Amino acid sequence: MLKQNMSICVSSLKKSYGNKKVLSQVNFSVPGKTVYALLGSNGAGKTTTIRILTGQIKADGGEVLIEGHDVLKSPEKVREVISLTGQFSAVDDALTGKENLVIMGRLRHLAEPEKRALELLNYFELSGAANQAVSTYSGGMKRKLDIAMSLVGNPKLIFLDEPTTGLDPQSRHSMWELIRELKRSGVTIFLTTQYLEEAEQLADIIAILDRGEIIAEGTAEELKAYLLDGAVKFIFEDAESLENAKQILKHYKTASVSEEHQLTVYTDGKADTLALIFHGLYENQVKIREFSQLAPDLEDVFLTMISEREGKFNEK
Amino acid sequence: MRNDSKRYNDTVTIAKRCILLSKRNPDTFLTSVMLPALMMLLFVFLFGNLIHVGGTSYVNYIVPGILLQCIGQCSTTTAILMNRDVTSGIINRFSTLPIRRVSILNGHVLEAAVRSLLTSAVVLITAMLVGFRPAASLTGWCVVFILLIAVILALSWLSVIVGVAANSAEGASSLSALAVILPYLSSGFVPTETMPKVLGIFAEYQPMTPIIDTMRNALLGNPIDTGTFLIAMIWCIGLVAAFYFISLALFRKRLSR
Repeated sequence: MLKQNMSICVSSLKKSYGNKKVLSQVNFSVPGKTVYALLGSNGAGKTTTIRILTGQIKADGGEVLIEGHDVLKSPEKVREVISLTGQFSAVDDALTGKENLVIMGRLRHLAEPEKRALELLNYFELSGAANQAVSTYSGGMKRKLDIAMSLVGNPKLIFLDEPTTGLDPQSRHSMWELIRELKRSGVTIFLTTQYLEEAEQLADIIAILDRGEIIAEGTAEELKAYLLDGAVKFIFEDAESLENAKQILKHYKTASVSEEHQLTVYTDGKADTLALIFHGLYENQVKIREFSQLAPDLEDVFLTMISEREGKFNEK
Repeated sequence: MRNDSKRYNDTVTIAKRCILLSKRNPDTFLTSVMLPALMMLLFVFLFGNLIHVGGTSYVNYIVPGILLQCIGQCSTTTAILMNRDVTSGIINRFSTLPIRRVSILNGHVLEAAVRSLLTSAVVLITAMLVGFRPAASLTGWCVVFILLIAVILALSWLSVIVGVAANSAEGASSLSALAVILPYLSSGFVPTETMPKVLGIFAEYQPMTPIIDTMRNALLGNPIDTGTFLIAMIWCIGLVAAFYFISLALFRKRLSR
């Protein structure tokens, strides 16, 4: 796709704190009006990425273009078109929901901050609590207000840093609904999350960030295809059978849980392949207690990719 | 700038926000209204008959010292407010807004100035109730006002430094210790000649003494020593400038942490 259609273009981004490498060679592009999820565990570099993208900190190397503007060269242009909702609530607890929004409207230099505040309160179903201090809000309401705050200036691109961390399941689902609605309204959304389900539910494109590197990128479907179509989960009679099976199936991609004598084998789902696997186990008299066929989910992809990398790290 | 936009002063917006915040905080009323009034009463009624200062009543003598002490207390509130901003997610949001970052600091200082002026009024009114009789000329009042503003700015910028540098609200509130003690070690409450030698020397040369001396002479209608007034102004302007640049540098550093 052309660079002009991209909301975010990041190339060879690097960042270290002292000796600790936080990001190494991060590259990605986010097309306009899509939801892009950066998925990773704690400490993978998600927040650092967002802070660089929003111009809060400088990268050690690389280039970031936001809606065509270079973050370093024209930060003020970037700030006009983006907004950030960080991991930690950024509202004044002692003020009411409306006061918070009006102040934000003034800082965004809106002509009618009051009107915009009421619109947003209405949209987020917070009208009833508009004149109550935020300290009386529930966690979910507070998070909604946080998102409302970032919509005050009608930004083109919204950064959400772990938007549902710490929310109860119900609030999480309504937050997802909200993010989908935002997307329909035509804004680009860049979010980070440590929940696979969240990425799968919301994102058009998912990037998996591990130890400062993007190790995979694609739609949820594409990522799942990484594990091919069929996985077979075996549970063996004893540890010895598990070890034998691992030896026999060493050419396949596998994941094992030793305590339960369990081995998951990833295959292309073809009957011939399955027949070969079973034949191999049968020939070597491996005792199978039970087996089942699995459809891979994103969690498998995530865990497999991370553990493969761990293997490589250990070899080094 | 987009068409639907309107030019607001970001400093004023932030200051208004801080005023709202400090109005909602019960602590603010205590430190900016109750405490100054209490201090005034306490000193006048407890020590008024014990401490004799040459030529005037004790209440007339201590008004400038109490003023400085109370302004110091006021700026502690600013240190705490500022600290809450930089230690919460608020600063991340503010720093990604299309506003100049220094407006955030300016806003806090503006609010501190407004609050400190209010406190100063409380101190002066309480003092008058217990016998303070200012005899200042118009020029005298101007000098007092100019010094008051200068001191307020210096202490407010100091509180911004403390607020930005501290890691917690508790750390930020340690400023109040300085605000309470420094005026005691000046000519604010007892003449410096009566102090032990080392303390006296410190008191003679610390910035609060020329400020307090000039204010006192102006308030009581005594001739103002131009030299002392100049020294007081140089201290204030120098400190405001230094504190301004230090706080801006610390703020930038904090943001990129």
